Amino acid sequence: MINNKSQLDKLFEYEKQWVTSLGKFFPEEKVVFHGKNLFKDLKDMHWLHLLLFGITGRFFEKNQIKLFESMWVICASYPDPRIWVNRVAALAGTARSTGIVGVGAATSVFEASIYGGGPIIGSIDFIIKLKEKLESGSDVETVIKEELKKSRGIAGYGRPIANEDERLKPILELAENLNMHTGEHVKLAFLVEEKLKIIQGPWALKMNIAALIGALAADQNLTANEFYHFMSLSSSVGIVSCFVDANNKPEGAFFPLRCERIKYEGVNKRKWDTERGKN
Amino acid sequence: MQKESEMIRSKIWKEEAETDNPFAAKACYCHGYDVYGDLLGKISWPEYIYLLFKGEAATKNQADYLERISIILANPGLRDHSVRAAMNSGVGGSTSASSLIAAIATGSGNLNGGREIYIAIRAWEECGQNIDNWKAYFKNLQKNNRVGVWKDIEHPPGFDLYGVSCATPVKQALESLKENQASNNISWLHKNRSALESIVNCPLSITGVIAAAFFDLEMSAEKSEILYMILRLPGAAAHSLEQKRYGWKHFPFFKNGITLIEKNDK
Repeated sequence: MINNKSQLDKLFEYEKQWVTSLGKFFPEEKVVFHGKNLFKDLKDMHWLHLLLFGITGRFFEKNQIKLFESMWVICASYPDPRIWVNRVAALAGTARSTGIVGVGAATSVFEASIYGGGPIIGSIDFIIKLKEKLESGSDVETVIKEELKKSRGIAGYGRPIANEDERLKPILELAENLNMHTGEHVKLAFLVEEKLKIIQGPWALKMNIAALIGALAADQNLTANEFYHFMSLSSSVGIVSCFVDANNKPEGAFFPLRCERIKYEGVNKRKWDTERGKN
Repeated sequence: MQKESEMIRSKIWKEEAETDNPFAAKACYCHGYDVYGDLLGKISWPEYIYLLFKGEAATKNQADYLERISIILANPGLRDHSVRAAMNSGVGGSTSASSLIAAIATGSGNLNGGREIYIAIRAWEECGQNIDNWKAYFKNLQKNNRVGVWKDIEHPPGFDLYGVSCATPVKQALESLKENQASNNISWLHKNRSALESIVNCPLSITGVIAAAFFDLEMSAEKSEILYMILRLPGAAAHSLEQKRYGWKHFPFFKNGITLIEKNDK
């Protein structure tokens, strides 16, 4: 027997009101955002600061905003339409879809498992939990080995297409200039790379940008989910630019494929049997 | 063609070019069948979908089964989250593509979405037709303590968290699918519905029925997830277009619906 009426009562309650502290639009008057007046208290805010404020409800220092902005500028918006997310935008552009639809679709593709959303949340989650485990007495090599066994890899280490990650140096330099490069999570991120060399030998996975920016963000007290949401639109500049580029060129001009480019590996030609399968 | 050109590998699709244009296909083959030269006119929509995803021709029973699934799913109704998302696109005069994108995105999640189907199929793979396995599965359905792009599911997959008793259309869908001889797991679900509902203390939902049906067709979790999302789009599309005609003035804005409370400083 089901006795679930209390859940139904919750629906009756939810039906009446959406209760929130996030904010509200008062037509012809004001907009309240996390308790602040958008037109008065927040009007001079940097856009990325407003994004972080929206996600976390917290304010950040100027240096922190500079650090977070650099993650967007340097790490996730290359103007190259071969990159998978950008290619979606370029294909939409060459096929004459609309700008926002193309950008929306490409942005959703950024939530990949081998790059983008997956490693972004995975790497910061790993480094935060690693620090917690070490603080409660675990050994770093043991934690790494357990993670390798469980997940067959460590988010933020290893990279498709290229081995070295060219973004590490400029981000690290910027963090150094801001004096934000010596936090505990950043130190741990480099320690993991060193330990992987010992554990995996010459084929050791090298650190990629997700591990470094995840650690930098963790040192600025962002949670894994907060950082994931902050990075969700970070590929937007590359995406929009690639859409525009393809949209400005003749339609269908973006890497057309001839029939021969399909390497068919399936069954041989066959005829449809309309009398097949009686049941 | 340059020799170094990269190729796209496929076991599904082959094309032969027209003699006067290497970019135009003369013949297209789906799993070996000539789509326009042979299949067209002989094959039904569910048969073609089955062929695309399974690589083999469906039996009559399997094709009928998939057709029933398609009809059950074609319109989730305009109160469904995914259809509401599509209608929101429609009332503001957004593009047709955005209506479908809105419906897919909203209908992709753990609550009545594609991901719930994925999770439910994985549960079927783990538990099969063994009520004790299901009991243990639901007992252990807890946070996996791993942050990923997906949140942990917050209700028993395939069951309606807010339900009081099994809704009539859910029972009707179950009955209809049971009529088909392909319905192995559906029959088991039909027989054990009350027992399962007692374990989780909430009624079977349409996602529970559909997951069992896809499992009957031996669809993988990934294929089931994506097929579920595809097959629910017609209703979202039709309702989006309908609301576009009515316009935003006839669509709820929840004008007095928000209660703003004080922010708790973190």
